[in-house]
Amino acid sequence: MRHHLILRTVSKLLIGAILLFGLYVQFHGDFSPGGGFQAGVIVAVAFILHGIVFGLGMVQRVFPRWLVHKLAAVGVLVYAGTGVLGMFLGYDFLDYGAFSPDHPSHGQHWGILAVELGVGITVAGVMVSVYYAFAGRPPQMSDEDW
Amino acid sequence: MAAGAAEHVSRTLADHLPILVVLAPFVAAPVAVVIGNRNAARTLAVLATVISLVASWLLLRQVVGGGYISYPIGGWPPPIGIEYRIDAANAFVLLLISAIGTVFLPYAFRSLDHEIPWRNHTLVYCCYLLCLSGLLGIVATGDGFNVFVFLEISSLSTYILVSQGCYRDKRALTAAYDYLIMGTIGAVFFVIGLGMLYMMTGTLNMADLADRIAAQGPNRTLLAAFAFIVVGVSLKVAIFPLHMWLPYAYSHAPSAVTVFLSATATKASIYVLLRFLFSVFQPEFVVATLTPQAVLLPLAIAAMVVMSFVAVFQTDLKRMLAYSSLAHVGYLLLGVALMNVDGLSATIIHLFNHGITKALLFMGAGALVLRVGSTFYDDIAGLGRSMPVMSAAMVIGGLSLVGVPGTAGFVSKWLLVQASFERGWTFAAVLVVASTLLTVVNMWRVFEVLYIRSPNPGSQRQSQPLTSAGGPAGRIADTTGDAPLMMLVPIWILAIACIWFGIDTGLTLGSAQVAAESLLSGSLGMADGAI
Repeated sequence: MRHHLILRTVSKLLIGAILLFGLYVQFHGDFSPGGGFQAGVIVAVAFILHGIVFGLGMVQRVFPRWLVHKLAAVGVLVYAGTGVLGMFLGYDFLDYGAFSPDHPSHGQHWGILAVELGVGITVAGVMVSVYYAFAGRPPQMSDEDW
Repeated sequence: MAAGAAEHVSRTLADHLPILVVLAPFVAAPVAVVIGNRNAARTLAVLATVISLVASWLLLRQVVGGGYISYPIGGWPPPIGIEYRIDAANAFVLLLISAIGTVFLPYAFRSLDHEIPWRNHTLVYCCYLLCLSGLLGIVATGDGFNVFVFLEISSLSTYILVSQGCYRDKRALTAAYDYLIMGTIGAVFFVIGLGMLYMMTGTLNMADLADRIAAQGPNRTLLAAFAFIVVGVSLKVAIFPLHMWLPYAYSHAPSAVTVFLSATATKASIYVLLRFLFSVFQPEFVVATLTPQAVLLPLAIAAMVVMSFVAVFQTDLKRMLAYSSLAHVGYLLLGVALMNVDGLSATIIHLFNHGITKALLFMGAGALVLRVGSTFYDDIAGLGRSMPVMSAAMVIGGLSLVGVPGTAGFVSKWLLVQASFERGWTFAAVLVVASTLLTVVNMWRVFEVLYIRSPNPGSQRQSQPLTSAGGPAGRIADTTGDAPLMMLVPIWILAIACIWFGIDTGLTLGSAQVAAESLLSGSLGMADGAI
């Protein structure tokens, strides 16, 4: 009665691993290949896979449209906020040295983590909202909508 | 950055002004989306725009005497990190953009209420803020690639804003799509050129680029990069014959959006052109490529005359004004092609004067849309009599567009004619006057329609205001009488500005001359000239 049993089972198994790998790429991005952009795409892929296999309605129950849009904006705020925080600490915009004046290189490390987190959130939000926009299109447009 | 705690001197708010100009609208945009409330978005838009205005005013006051302010992003010193570099030329354009934004907002509230469904408003104001921050960023930055990034930020949000006109006229969608394709081609050309420069010099900082290009001397890669960059920016500026996206985008965009775009978007692109012609590629190199005489001059003259002529045959006020904007791009280019201080001052001052004049006229057109739902001459016939206060301001705007003495338009056209004579290009001066005569025809036609023709009851449609998500739109449904006060005040501020800057040219001409001199003297390079 339910189609695609294998697909469903395998993707249920995979989605957790994909999210975990996304987090690894995100937070290990400063030492290994990766970073916010890649991590954001990977995290978005987990949701897109869920949407493709279980339907748009299911994934939007977990990750509703409005939340996706807000997240896309929150990521930018995290990025800009990191820079502005540095300004309040008396340094230049995005000068991460501000977070650890005695060891500027530590500050750089923390700053880049925060900024990349912002990038990751925004990229995930935008990727998912692109998917929603395409998948959520009505199959045919009525004359009134055109 | 790497300075230890002992050496670090805390930066104060005054040091942050160059980034604050761009940052205020940039931060306000995501905040507006996160809050997700229409009124909050409006408040944030006003707040951010005013912060930018104040910051750019303070910056202009610091640099109007010459010199520049350098701001290292992230504390990385310039050739390595991204640098924001403010001198007289860009402080002046920053002031223009943020001032237009400030005047435009109260007007936009009313106009957007009428033309765009309320559910879209939060995102529309967010796009406006991104567009503003993009335009300011293009102007403030001293980094070539940063210019591209901000160009894209402002362009992408502009495409969305233009497409919002679809609630009044479905053709806005194709206009926005046209603009998207042409704008993207322009951006691609620009970034290809930039890539070649980077390949050749290994730097993206404009001042550093200038130094290294000068050290290497002319070669084929440099010429190709120059060509790509000039063509790419020309598409964004809508230089004839790369202009076809502009009349569609301007006439189908929501009225308020047209006001903002006409006064700022092409102006910022012209600034990019100036910056690359004079500060990255040096004036001597540009002259040696024959670009000013063989490319810019013919195109400028063609734009001035042909576009003014095409405007005569339009039957839609907004479309006519759009074609007139293209003609004015011709004036701006002519000033560049002259390659002398007067010509360049004329370009820079005309950026400002044409910005306020065209914003005023498009605001008038938007007020007419509020009343009758369109700007076709048949529909707006006789409205000058029922909207006397608004129409009087439009007359001032029309006179300034023509360049009647005592208005802002006169100052820049006079300077342009003077510069043409100085260069010995009498024909250019004659053609400026000829194009001005065509503008007289255009504007007279508008005045005739507004004041002399009798209202056309058959074609005069009542405007159908949009509602907030299907609800009643009680407070915006007044369709008789003069324009509402929220529109009249910005319109008259600009009308008074048109006269003010036609008489008191201290601020505009002063900063334009300093800017022109500093541009013509080429790049300061990485040499220490910061103040």
